[in-house]
Amino acid sequence: MSGSPAALSVRGLVVHYQGRAAVDGLDLDLPPGSVLALLGPNGAGKTTTVEVCEGLRSRDSGEVRVLGVDPAGAPDTLRARLGVMPQGGGAYPGVRVREMIGLVAACAADPLDPDWLVDTLGLIGCARTPYKRLSVGQQQRLALACAVVGRPELVFLDEPTASLDPQGRRLVWDLVRALRADGVAVLLTTHLMQEAETLADHIVIVDHGRVVAEGSPEDLTAAGADRELRFRATAGMDLELLAAALPEGCTVSEPSSGSYLVEGAIDPQVLSTVTSWCARQGVLADDLRVARRSLEDVFLELTGRELRS
Amino acid sequence: MRFEAGTFTPAPGRGPLGRMLATQVALETKLALRQGEQVLLTLIIPLALLVGLSLLEVVPLPEPRVDSALATVLALAVMSTAFTSQAISLGFDRRYGVLRRLAATAVPRSMIVLGRLGGMAAVVLVQLVVLGAVALALGWRPGPGSPGWALLLVVLGAAAFGAVGVLLGGTLRAELVLAVANIVWFVLLFAGGVLVPAAALPGPLAVVVQLLPSGALAEGLRTALLGGTPALGHIVVLIVWAVVAGGIATRTVRWS
Repeated sequence: MSGSPAALSVRGLVVHYQGRAAVDGLDLDLPPGSVLALLGPNGAGKTTTVEVCEGLRSRDSGEVRVLGVDPAGAPDTLRARLGVMPQGGGAYPGVRVREMIGLVAACAADPLDPDWLVDTLGLIGCARTPYKRLSVGQQQRLALACAVVGRPELVFLDEPTASLDPQGRRLVWDLVRALRADGVAVLLTTHLMQEAETLADHIVIVDHGRVVAEGSPEDLTAAGADRELRFRATAGMDLELLAAALPEGCTVSEPSSGSYLVEGAIDPQVLSTVTSWCARQGVLADDLRVARRSLEDVFLELTGRELRS
Repeated sequence: MRFEAGTFTPAPGRGPLGRMLATQVALETKLALRQGEQVLLTLIIPLALLVGLSLLEVVPLPEPRVDSALATVLALAVMSTAFTSQAISLGFDRRYGVLRRLAATAVPRSMIVLGRLGGMAAVVLVQLVVLGAVALALGWRPGPGSPGWALLLVVLGAAAFGAVGVLLGGTLRAELVLAVANIVWFVLLFAGGVLVPAAALPGPLAVVVQLLPSGALAEGLRTALLGGTPALGHIVVLIVWAVVAGGIATRTVRWS
């Protein structure tokens, strides 16, 4: 074996589900000790992809290596190195919180202390509550505890904060950061832009089972960020001269009264042209800014704005 | 920072298989004995019937009544645990995703199945001890050789009912499992040779009943506990049900 293999490597993954391709040629890479966020709308193929990597679902084609091992057939030796938080958790309906963590801990050679986890994840008040009577947020925190109790090398978190309150979300974020700092690789799925932006080293946006964009959070939000410049000034200025002074490909308009928009490749030259033109007109360009897109803009642009079932 | 550095430093590995199995069996047994409806089915109703059948002469039973009553309730107890209770808990465990949860740990899948069977066996053992003790108090005295046959029948009955229960609980929706498992339990109790011996049923039904796991188990147990040797046919019926249902189950049962 040469060096330490990638925590996860997926090439050309295809999974058919009920006659359609739920995952359709997906590639993923997760270096050891880093966090990868799989971002996409409902039905994009996130969960299917994660389940293939966990060895819970078979694939139709493609190469998958989890910690250097093919998860197909789910060898026990590989699963012992993984921490899995399935979507919606998973426990006996009547089991108590502490009992369930204890059971999953018993599967590991050197588990974390279940009592400590119960306490840290804020489950102490419901440690003896049966699973079916827990709130969805409590169930989710239990699932999280079960995912990390075995001290895994690679953790799969499928929508870990989907039903959590802001405090719970912070807790999960802290946990993911702590995992990363301690050298654990994390693959998380989410449809929360902020979560992906805050936690991930690398974001992969998927839709219809394909990668539609990927990169660091900065890469994704910076791409195309220099496409518009907005400023406010006296309403109804004659834009003809400005339009002539701007480099080719740039256009200027006044979408609403007193609010001006320059579209095109915005560089320092354009900025200077706009400000000196304003100076010549004797007006002050107010609230002048180069728009930077949020990850949400990128996401909506790539996956469309219509609702998904 | 909420977590000290080094808290999650990876140290993966599988726990000792024996500990994993023991933990799962202990937990599944606890869960089965903690759930009201399940205890009603597996212990309360059999106990009430044991006492009732022994002391009241409502149903015609061969003498000594307590021996016949014990045979009847042992058959019922096995059916309740291995079939009804097992099917219902499997149906809801699938619904709540516990099988997938366990399948994603280091536990080998065969061990998960073994753990379930172990939990079921532990409940049957509790039933045998409780029902046996109450029967002793009611005047039952084990005859020479009969406990061995009875034990064999209980094991085969649990295998046959368990296989059918897993087949049911592992393939249908939880609510449907709940309904079907309870209805079948009720029908088999009254018309399946458990409460009413095959001989007391009308002609064709008496034959059919002995081909069912309920009839085969109850008739076999009645013979064994009254000092006889169970008919080979009853033993074969139980084995056939276990093998056929088990075979179909391994192909069709879904984990979630």
